[in-house]
Amino acid sequence: MSETKTVMVYSTPTCPYCRQVKEFLTQHNISFTDKNVAADISARDEMKAKSSSLGVPVIDVDGTVVVGFNRTKLQELLGLS
Amino acid sequence: MYLDTLYDLTIIGAGPAGMTSGVYAARKNLKTLMLTSDIGGQTAWSSGIENYLGYTYITGAELVQKFEEHMMKFDINVQYTRVSDIRYLDELFHATTSDGQEYVSRAMIIAAGKSPRLLDVPGERKFTGRGVTYCATCDGPLFSGLDVAVVGGGNSGLDAVVQLMKICPKVYLLENSNALRADEIMREHASRAKNVEIIFNSSVVKIDGGDFVETIEVSDNLSGNTRNIAVKGVFVEVGLSPNTGFLRNLVNLNQCGEVVVDCEGKTGIPGLFAAGDVTNVPEKQIIIAAGEGAKAALAAYSYLVRLPDAELEQAEREAWT
Repeated sequence: MSETKTVMVYSTPTCPYCRQVKEFLTQHNISFTDKNVAADISARDEMKAKSSSLGVPVIDVDGTVVVGFNRTKLQELLGLS
Repeated sequence: MYLDTLYDLTIIGAGPAGMTSGVYAARKNLKTLMLTSDIGGQTAWSSGIENYLGYTYITGAELVQKFEEHMMKFDINVQYTRVSDIRYLDELFHATTSDGQEYVSRAMIIAAGKSPRLLDVPGERKFTGRGVTYCATCDGPLFSGLDVAVVGGGNSGLDAVVQLMKICPKVYLLENSNALRADEIMREHASRAKNVEIIFNSSVVKIDGGDFVETIEVSDNLSGNTRNIAVKGVFVEVGLSPNTGFLRNLVNLNQCGEVVVDCEGKTGIPGLFAAGDVTNVPEKQIIIAAGEGAKAALAAYSYLVRLPDAELEQAEREAWT
C-alpha cells in the first residue's frame, strides 16, 4: 500500500484531461485537493509559479509537479502498479 | 521486452473510432488489446457537440466520458503508451511502443486519429504550455482577462474565438487568406463582436516573450510588412495532420498522409484495418469515425474467423504463453 501523499490538482471545468486525472486518482483511492484555476486567480498564479506553465491539468504530488495527464509518471510518484 | 501474449486484435488509438472498434471486438469475444496515449482523441477537445445522434448538445468531455464508461465495461486490455513502430511478420502484427514493449496480434486496426498541425515558427515550441496552446477547450479559461490571438479561420479557430471573446478583453483572429473558412454562423458571431479583430492575409512569423508569451510578430502576406502585437496567449488552430508517422512504409498513404482504406476499412495488408480520421474517409466527424470503427472491427472479426488455422486458436495461444 502506498504511503499517504499530498496531492493537488489544478484544473479547469472544461478540460477533459483534468476530469480524467481526477477519475484516475479517485479510482486508486488517492485523496486530492482540486483547485479551479478558471475561477481562482491566486490558484492560477500558484500553478504558474510551481509548473512554469500555463496549461492544465497540473498535478503536484508532494512537491513534484506533473504537467498534463502523464499516467506513467503519476503511477510512479504515487507508488501504483 | 517481449510480452508472451498473442492477441486476436490490436487497436491503436482510443478516439471514437478506436473505442467503437473495441466495443465491437470485445462483443465478438476477440482477445483485444488497445494501445493509446490518451482517451477521447479530438472529441475531447470539442467544446460543444450538437450533431452526435442522441444528444442535442453535449460537451466533448462529457461525450468522451460516455464512450469511455461504455468501453470499460468490456474485457479490453488498454495500455497507455505510444506506438513507435509496426512490423508485419509471418502474418502477425508486431507493435513496438515508446517504452520498449512489443505486442503481437493476428489483426490490427489503426485508429490513431489526427494531431494539431504546428505553425512551425520561432518561439512556438519554447512557449508551448507557456502561452501557446492547441486546445482552447482545455486552456481557454486560463486566459480570462488577457489579450489573446487565435491563428486559423476555420471552424476550430472560430470555435476558439467564440469561447475566448466572452472572457478576454481582446481577441485577434489571424487568417492567412482573405476570407474565413468557418461556417456562416460562426463567422457572424466573430464579426459582430466588438472585441474581436480579424486580420486577413496574415501569418505569425515569431512568438516571443520572457517566461511566458508576450508578443507575436505578424506578417502581412500581401505587403510583407510586419507588426508586433502584445498578447498573452496564442491559440493555434491551423488544421490537423494524421498520426501515421509510426506506419512508415507499411501501408498506402494518400497525399494528405492518411491511410487509404476501402468501404470495409481494409488496407492493402490482410488483417490490417483502419478507421476514423486517420483514414481517407472524406468527412471527419465523430459519428462517422464511430461508424468506421464498428465496420473495421466487424471486418477484422470476419478476417479472423476465416483464417485457415482459426480452429487452432486455443492451441496456438497455449504455445505462446
